[in-house]
Amino acid sequence: MVPPAALGMDDEFTMLWLQAGSCGGCTMSVLEQGRSGWIAELQAFGVRLLWHPSFSEESGEDALEILRRVSAGEVRLDLLCLEGSILRGPDGSGLFNRLGGSGRTMLDVATTLAARANYCVAVGSCAAFGGIPAGQPNPTDACGLQYDGAFSGGALGEDYRSGAGLPVINIAGCAPHPGWIMETLIALRMGDLGVEDLDSFGRPKFFAKSLAHHGCERNEYYEFKASAEKLSEIGCMMEHLGCKATQSVGDCNQRSWNGGGSCTHGGYPCVACTTPGFERAFNFLETQKVGGIPVNLPLDMPKAWFIALAALSKSATPSRVSQNATSDRIHRGPSRGRDAKS
Amino acid sequence: MSRILVGPFNRVEGDLEIALDMMDGRIESARVTTTLYRGFEQILVGRAPLDALVIAPRICGICSVSQSVAAAAALRALGPTPLAGNGALATNIAHGAENIADHLTHFYLFFMPDFARDEYRALPWFANIVERFKAVSGEASRYVPPARRRLLEIMGLLAGKWPHSLAFQPGGTTRALDMGERVRLLGLIAEFQAFIEQRLFGVSLDEILAIESLCELDAYEEKAGGDFAAFLRIARDLNLSELGKSSAAFLSFGAYHGAAGAHFPAGAMLEGKREPLDATQIGEDVASSWFQPTQRSPWDAGTAPDAHKLGAYSWAKAPRYRGRPMEVGAFARQAIAEHPLILDLIARDDGSSVRGRIVARLLEIALLTHALGGWARELRLKAPFCEATALPVQGRGAGLVEAARGALGHWLIVDEGKIERYQIVAPTTWNFSPRDAAGVAGPLERALVGVEVGTLGAKAAAIQHVVRSFDPCMVCTAH
Repeated sequence: MVPPAALGMDDEFTMLWLQAGSCGGCTMSVLEQGRSGWIAELQAFGVRLLWHPSFSEESGEDALEILRRVSAGEVRLDLLCLEGSILRGPDGSGLFNRLGGSGRTMLDVATTLAARANYCVAVGSCAAFGGIPAGQPNPTDACGLQYDGAFSGGALGEDYRSGAGLPVINIAGCAPHPGWIMETLIALRMGDLGVEDLDSFGRPKFFAKSLAHHGCERNEYYEFKASAEKLSEIGCMMEHLGCKATQSVGDCNQRSWNGGGSCTHGGYPCVACTTPGFERAFNFLETQKVGGIPVNLPLDMPKAWFIALAALSKSATPSRVSQNATSDRIHRGPSRGRDAKS
Repeated sequence: MSRILVGPFNRVEGDLEIALDMMDGRIESARVTTTLYRGFEQILVGRAPLDALVIAPRICGICSVSQSVAAAAALRALGPTPLAGNGALATNIAHGAENIADHLTHFYLFFMPDFARDEYRALPWFANIVERFKAVSGEASRYVPPARRRLLEIMGLLAGKWPHSLAFQPGGTTRALDMGERVRLLGLIAEFQAFIEQRLFGVSLDEILAIESLCELDAYEEKAGGDFAAFLRIARDLNLSELGKSSAAFLSFGAYHGAAGAHFPAGAMLEGKREPLDATQIGEDVASSWFQPTQRSPWDAGTAPDAHKLGAYSWAKAPRYRGRPMEVGAFARQAIAEHPLILDLIARDDGSSVRGRIVARLLEIALLTHALGGWARELRLKAPFCEATALPVQGRGAGLVEAARGALGHWLIVDEGKIERYQIVAPTTWNFSPRDAAGVAGPLERALVGVEVGTLGAKAAAIQHVVRSFDPCMVCTAH
């Protein structure tokens, strides 16, 4: 393992990770990080884990003592990571989510510690925006740390700034790619990430500058509007199967998930999990249309152009592409000459 | 008598609080509190049935595939949706890989670090265990996550990503593998087998699969250098077969369904006698739960939170089978499957124990690693992986499956093309059930009674061992 000093990071950088209204999936995701393992990588970058609910030895009173010392300012908190929605209900009490043994709600614990943190990171769309628990009818009044869906505010309020003067950094995704999490944490640790590196929803641009669509292996089917009609077919899933990859940020198809996957590679549509309020959609697996035209079009494309280009490209689709689009595997490979338009 | 409150509980999935009544350094009674409620059963109502495949897996990031498989099975049970043979196999492979990853993460990162606590400083094995298993700094934190990561590359091949995949559909899985991908799949399985043979077992997989009695397990313990053997020696030294015992009432919904039935069968075991599963005997009691009174049967029950309900102390409901609390998990699953080693353990230990639960989990790592290779070879690469789904607009379906931690059920009612009712009973809901209306305690509440904590009180490692021996998933428990 590379010692932190070798990377020029011999000062200590402390990190505390807490889970609120969480499924634990973001932790499970980041545990897949790196060839040497996440814990070894954190150590290589000189990050000292003050406490993590899945990995630390301290339990019960010992864990509460760590939180007490951080809250009291006796231990410096460089980085607070929160996973899971903040549950404000019932009636603002926060009682849907308590920290065991403490008599306190996670709403209270998270807001107290956020005030102590030099950087505050929302890991996953729940902590960022509310996520799945905020799905209608939002039974627990769930929200994100600094957003309630697409509206700024959330548990900490619009004006919250961490010790370093930054808003909450939102590593959107359900669950986010392990690299999105780790690279954000280490960029902060290195002092590289400033407010100019965040998009309008507080998401780091290094992964939010792309659309999930970019690099999709179904690109040729998208271009020709050769669409899959049912799940497991390899055509484009935008027209019929609800795929929102052209409307959702994330370099999903430029990274490998679990050694080579992605949602669209796996044969199912993007559900826009990096988008605030994605959980409020209905009929995730079906494209909403009016007059046969999808309601949601690529993020920055004028509707008239989309319709015109779609009509043109459909009329030019090679038969190879249209046949494969409704198959579960490639039946016809590319070949010169024979493959004119169907 | 003094009452203490223990929590937060880490190295479980989610959080947990336990109230203990102690007398003379011994636990007299325990009350187990699930501290989180998110309202999934409320969020699912009114949606398109297939939306359950997006929402339900997100109950749990550690057993997400199990939740997907339960939701897909409930949807399939609504009407005549065929399941592609390859889809069943690919589902089993992904589900099996997740269960192996769960057992592995539990053993190395959640459970074993408690033996590296200072409380055991004076014992002869302490230095070695600290070196291997100490939380964060032990060797296991270096060698386990990379092996787990490689194992989960199976998800990249079959399911796009993990956790939270939409690949598991009522008709099968959404991605057909080609012959090159099957080779990669088998390569990942072989690589994982080499890892567990070297580190976890210290002997070949076949030698573990051949263990059928406690005598043979003892012989393995004496000769092997693997981490499993290290645990068995600690278990002997600390008498973990007498710790955290639970009476012999076990339940399994059956796991890894295929054309020939379930790989591990469904059933119940009461007073040592096995019987077929009768799903109509499943009900949930809310006497001690922060919910308004409702029906017992999941087909009729509602979920209406009441955070100020008098006498309630948990967000978990209290599941019962024939009116009784049941233990679920790897131990129960292998008891129902009549694995001879587990039956031998039940006979010697009079039920389950801390040792028994860990043995069953590690045994399942071996059984499943072996099964994965078989399922991968059975795939017929020219045949479909997914059949089209045409759901009826009205109907009811139950998806009864096994997650790593035990019996998981989804009960779904659809009317006018929308979800009218969705009830979920998760594994740790069974194990960490609160008391029911008759005052009967849940399995963990019983297993803690009689535990000696001496002068250490809430800090005693014994409490940690008993709680974590169940591998609780608290985020599933109340959902």
